Amino acid sequence: MGQAAMNTGVGPALEPILRVEHLTMRFGGLLAVNDLSFDVARGQITALIGPNGAGKTTVFNCITGFYKPTSGRVALMSGGPQSDPAIAALTDSPGRSQRVGRGGVYLLERMADSEIAAQAKVARTFQNIRLFTGMTVLENLIVAQHNWLNHASGYSVLGLVGAKSFREAEAKAVEIAVAWLDCIGLKGRADDPAGALPYGDQRRLEIVRAMCTGPVLLCLDEPAAGLNPRESAELNELLLSIRDGNGTSLLLIEHDMSVVMEISDHIVVLEYGKKISDGTPDYIKNDPKVIAAYLGVEDEEVDEAEAEIEG
Amino acid sequence: MDYFLQQLINGLTLGSVYGLIAIGYTMVYGIIGMINFAHGDVFMLSVFIALILFLLITSLFGGLAIAVALVLVLIIAMALTALWSWAIERVAYRPLRGSFRLAPLISAIGMSIFLINFVQLVQGPRNKSIPPIIEGGFEIQIGSGDITLSYKQILIILTTAVLLAAFWFIVQKTSLGRAQRACEQDRKMASLLGIDVDRTISLTFVMGAALAAVAGVLFMVQYGVVNFSDGFVPGIKAFTAAVLGGIGSLPGAVIGGLLIGLIEVFWSAYFSIDYKDVAAFSILAITLIFMPSGILGKPDVEKV
Amino acid sequence: MSEGEAKTVASDERASFSWISALRDAGFLALFTLGLSFPILAFRTRQDLWHGLVLDPRWDLVATVVAIAFFGRLSWLVVGGRVSRNVQSFATQVGEVLAPLQNYKGTFRLVGLIWLIAYPFLAVLIAGPGGALKWIDNFGIQILIYVMLGWGLNIVVGLAGLLDLGYVAFYAVGAYSTALLSTYFGLSFWICLPLAGIFAAFWGILLGFPVLRLRGDYLAIVTLAFGEIIRLVLINWVELTNGAAGISGIPRPTFFGLPFNASDEGFAAFFGLEFTPLHRLFFLFYLILALALLTNWVTIRLRRLPIGRAWEALREDDIACRSLGIDTVTTKLTAFSIGAMFGGIAGAFFAARLGFISPKSFEFMESAVILSIVVLGGMGSQVGVAIAAVAMIGGTELLRELGWLKSIFGAGFDPTQYRMLLFGMAMVGMMVWRPRGLISKREPSLVLHEKRAIGGDLVKEGQG
Ligand SMILES: Nc1ncnc2c1ncn2[C@@H]1O[C@H](COP(=O)(O)OP(=O)(O)OP(=O)(O)O)[C@@H](O)[C@H]1O
Ligand SMILES: [Mg+2]
Repeated sequence: MGQAAMNTGVGPALEPILRVEHLTMRFGGLLAVNDLSFDVARGQITALIGPNGAGKTTVFNCITGFYKPTSGRVALMSGGPQSDPAIAALTDSPGRSQRVGRGGVYLLERMADSEIAAQAKVARTFQNIRLFTGMTVLENLIVAQHNWLNHASGYSVLGLVGAKSFREAEAKAVEIAVAWLDCIGLKGRADDPAGALPYGDQRRLEIVRAMCTGPVLLCLDEPAAGLNPRESAELNELLLSIRDGNGTSLLLIEHDMSVVMEISDHIVVLEYGKKISDGTPDYIKNDPKVIAAYLGVEDEEVDEAEAEIEG
Repeated sequence: MDYFLQQLINGLTLGSVYGLIAIGYTMVYGIIGMINFAHGDVFMLSVFIALILFLLITSLFGGLAIAVALVLVLIIAMALTALWSWAIERVAYRPLRGSFRLAPLISAIGMSIFLINFVQLVQGPRNKSIPPIIEGGFEIQIGSGDITLSYKQILIILTTAVLLAAFWFIVQKTSLGRAQRACEQDRKMASLLGIDVDRTISLTFVMGAALAAVAGVLFMVQYGVVNFSDGFVPGIKAFTAAVLGGIGSLPGAVIGGLLIGLIEVFWSAYFSIDYKDVAAFSILAITLIFMPSGILGKPDVEKV
Repeated sequence: MSEGEAKTVASDERASFSWISALRDAGFLALFTLGLSFPILAFRTRQDLWHGLVLDPRWDLVATVVAIAFFGRLSWLVVGGRVSRNVQSFATQVGEVLAPLQNYKGTFRLVGLIWLIAYPFLAVLIAGPGGALKWIDNFGIQILIYVMLGWGLNIVVGLAGLLDLGYVAFYAVGAYSTALLSTYFGLSFWICLPLAGIFAAFWGILLGFPVLRLRGDYLAIVTLAFGEIIRLVLINWVELTNGAAGISGIPRPTFFGLPFNASDEGFAAFFGLEFTPLHRLFFLFYLILALALLTNWVTIRLRRLPIGRAWEALREDDIACRSLGIDTVTTKLTAFSIGAMFGGIAGAFFAARLGFISPKSFEFMESAVILSIVVLGGMGSQVGVAIAAVAMIGGTELLRELGWLKSIFGAGFDPTQYRMLLFGMAMVGMMVWRPRGLISKREPSLVLHEKRAIGGDLVKEGQG
């Protein structure tokens, strides 16, 4: 990224892991997302911001398969750079994914929610926390590793007879879970029900639960909502460590500008389902369209409004 | 052709009864999201009440015209059935408001078991039958054959239409109807705005039961025989009607009722009478699986 | 307690207590009861000789009911608060006393098992060979069948949170496949037993596949519809199932080939014992005990496997499950079919136990009873389900034993008539009293440091 992005607002020249093109989602008469295109860069933190009701969560739901978009393409390129012709070929075929080397191309708009999580390795959290409140913290993280553990249990046959290979796999899963709990300082509460944790801990638990699925792309819907400043700062660290330590790319929706501006590498701004700006934090901060959207006034009135507030 | 028309009339008559019961299911589901499993048995109870009232009134006032007697029976049966339904809601459902989701359903099943056995106990297990109340009808010549439009059928279809119109007026135009719709949308907000939610829900049960009682009186007029176990199957069919029409939708319940009545009658007429209930249950399953929001219901998109 | 005392106690406790308002309250309830009693209780319809319907007034009965309502309400208003407080404090005391017993769970389990194994012998010792028949059959075997069915359904409803109102269909599939296979093809009970489980599981998958995307009450209603369809087909497909008359002459289970009869090849003769019908009952008792324990064992094991945890996660939040890549349809199907399998095995046992089955045994009421056992026991709790089965089935069976009440209420009084009436009332009462069931706590399936039960208020009941 650099000057070009600064000046034009065009996305960074980095190689994308997720490419959203002409995404449209219609609910009856309401166009919640309108012809939206943007990229999520590999190994970076991309933020999706916008006023309430702008359609951010809807974009997430389209990416993670909870909604079927009305039209548009959502391509995930895992493993490494993928060529445009390969994506185009897949789009023309009836297929949903194409494995290439260690990774592959996945057309997420064609896949169901659980397949996206299991095969394309996109994990997410929810705006309203969705933990398994009646299960312990540890159980939450073990459930997140269901697919490979279930396989290791020989689809329950080996597990029923208590095979050694399964017991080892389970110990490994616990090890992974404990490592993540250590990371957010909740190891001591592993045996508490998740619903009994304080709000901030629940948010972080939901994030590491998503990480336990081993994702290449992690989508977080307002992870800082309801957190106090200290918790926000801890969250920033956690997200940066996920980006740097695990090489996971992040896409996050956030209203808390202290989080957004501090940790994101790249920001996409949405208003009424349309993209109004796209660039680095510095660029976004100074984009009059963004300021207008947030203050809800026309461009030229921004200055007046600011003057009034100050005066 | 005449056979077809005859079945059509029979189907509409039966469908009117289902539609009236279905409204009770649909309203309660709309407002508290619960399947009032005991509603079919409330209907059965209302048939018994109507039967006893009819016998009582005709024996007390020997010379009374049948029409007057039936109107009296209708009004008193509606009131008494509504009283039962109010009591049921008060005892079995209200304490469970906002609790564990399965609890009201289990409670309703318990209530259903209670009602069936209560009626069996106090009225005995045998069928109760009375001689036909209204006989005769119009013979209409159509093409080569005759069809019969009995007075009973005219009475049933007319009563249903009139009461549905009155009921529609209550739900659309009165403050009670507004309060109901408000509770449907957001119960907490409605109560903050000063709507007595408990009272509104009780009145919903009362209205549903009153319409079930209308169905009960019409059932008595049409068939003149009832058994304590007669609540379950009509109840399920009326529920099917509610689902088919789109649960929560009042016109849907009526349309669903008519459809179920027609399907049942035509199925029995052209295919096999043994499997007519299988047909009803299959329609229920097929509707729920392929068209869970019914004909007029709002699609239920799960918000994430 | 005399009236004067009651008055002082009441005024001590609540200064505002007023007789006028209490009387008005009770009077209102009495009036209300009168309204409910008219005319359904006040007049009994009777078909007379000419097949006309006549009414027998029963105002004495109405008067009794209204008086009970009035005085019951009045005495509750006067002393009820105190009684309920005493009962509650007593209950908490009992709870505190019993709490340390939690630590001896293993011992309890062992004692319970020994007691169950000794039960038929105890019955014979106490009630004698003639009296024991009833205790082993009506109580022991009957309750254990429901315990097994409850445990089977618990997998579906309690663990996976799928509301199934048609569970009896799988019981029927198991029973009818055993009956048909053994009468048409002469297969032995021991072959029919696993086959019944497999058939039922197969039907579970077949029915489950289309319906498992439905949620909550809709799923309940579709399963109810399927249950009824299967029953109606059993009634109407007379050529295969002999219709409502049912199938009789189903071969009884043998003791590894030794039949329980008085013949020379029989069990008694083989072991040199004197023939008695008790042998078969003992055998059936231990057989259903073993089957129930197998169900329990499998459930407990599965709960600690990924699949079991996925079931519970699904009950907690299926959207979150999908976001974690769990295939919810397959997961639900496994729960549905494993639950169905145990239902089918129980059905096979049922068919062989009586040698006769008919569609009457598989009515909706059975599903409702099994479901209420699961919900009353506390969803997902194995012990709770067992306790609930003993209480509900044993309780209603006990009502049969109340013949002595005839001496109080007169010869016309038949307590068995009240069985299902009380059953329905108990279901309502239990839900109002404990909507989450007897044991609402959940045991974690995996522990890092220390095992602690999870309070019922955090555990969700499932949407699908
Ligand atoms: N399932 C749905 N059915 C109908 N309309 C929907 C649905 N989901 C979202 N919408 C509508 O789409 C619009 C965008 O909603 P969305 O939740 O995506 O906004 P958002 O940007 O996430 O807002 P917030 O910051 O408040 O979370 C809103 O008007 C919302 O009402
Ligand atoms: Mg949102």
